[in-house]
Amino acid sequence: MKSAVIVFPGSNCDRDLAVALEQITGAAPVMLWHRETELPDGLDLIALPGGFSYGDYLRSGAMSARSPVMQAVIAAAGQGRAILGVCNGFQVLTEAGLLPGALMRNAGLDFVCRDVSLTVENSQTIFSSRYDAGETLRIPVAHHDGNYVADVETLDRLEGEGRVVFRYAEPVNGSARNIAGIVNDAGNVLGLMPHPERLIEAEQGGTDGRRMFEALQAALG
Amino acid sequence: MKAIVTITLKPGVLDPQGRAIQNALGGLGFAGVSGVRQGKIIELDLADGTPLSVIEDMAKKLLANTVIENYRIDIQ
Repeated sequence: MKSAVIVFPGSNCDRDLAVALEQITGAAPVMLWHRETELPDGLDLIALPGGFSYGDYLRSGAMSARSPVMQAVIAAAGQGRAILGVCNGFQVLTEAGLLPGALMRNAGLDFVCRDVSLTVENSQTIFSSRYDAGETLRIPVAHHDGNYVADVETLDRLEGEGRVVFRYAEPVNGSARNIAGIVNDAGNVLGLMPHPERLIEAEQGGTDGRRMFEALQAALG
Repeated sequence: MKAIVTITLKPGVLDPQGRAIQNALGGLGFAGVSGVRQGKIIELDLADGTPLSVIEDMAKKLLANTVIENYRIDIQ
């Protein structure tokens, strides 16, 4: 599997993602600076990392979503390429219009940085096939703007189409219907606030995140 | 010319920051504040004669996230 990690100014989980991808897929990802206008040929996966790109100026992810590289990422998404956005990456995906809704300031106004319980709602995606539907994971979150908002029609459509892949099993940030991660209608773009790349070896406190990368490796080879 | 773009949360979108401000005003003894909504103002210095449609394009493409926000443009 050939992967790339996009690096925005202020990304801070790009190296964690790169380590996870290299360990699990056996190949180091290409690190792509946000000013790039073209993607390398033959990419199977494009990952958007966590962090605080552009210092969350204007809105979290707003500036990065208009970076030159995002035009290429949007085109790749349209061609069915797998796109994974973690935390700030999820915010960038909503701001870029690749995923519906928006991520607003946490309802409690607190920066939430702890392990949370997460329920796997859909194990039929390329990102979640190594999990069991209904399974509960413990996984870290670290964000100020993770409060997922969308209109009722959008929320109903996401639920009806099985596009809510991960849901918080406890109150975390005020997210509508406790949504933690969603896919686009074609199923090739996932955004989630929790950090699977921070749970890939036992020394990190668990390996629940590892299976997301194993699922991608199985699906994309 | 100058354009002032005022960005507000759409009605119905919860505003936790506005709620916190409201609570703080209550804590300071200001009674009767039944709601607070926080927004932002962006001032644009523009070439004279910039059409409104161009400023609207700026608002839609970057300044506001129209999933959750409304915007109003005032030309000065």
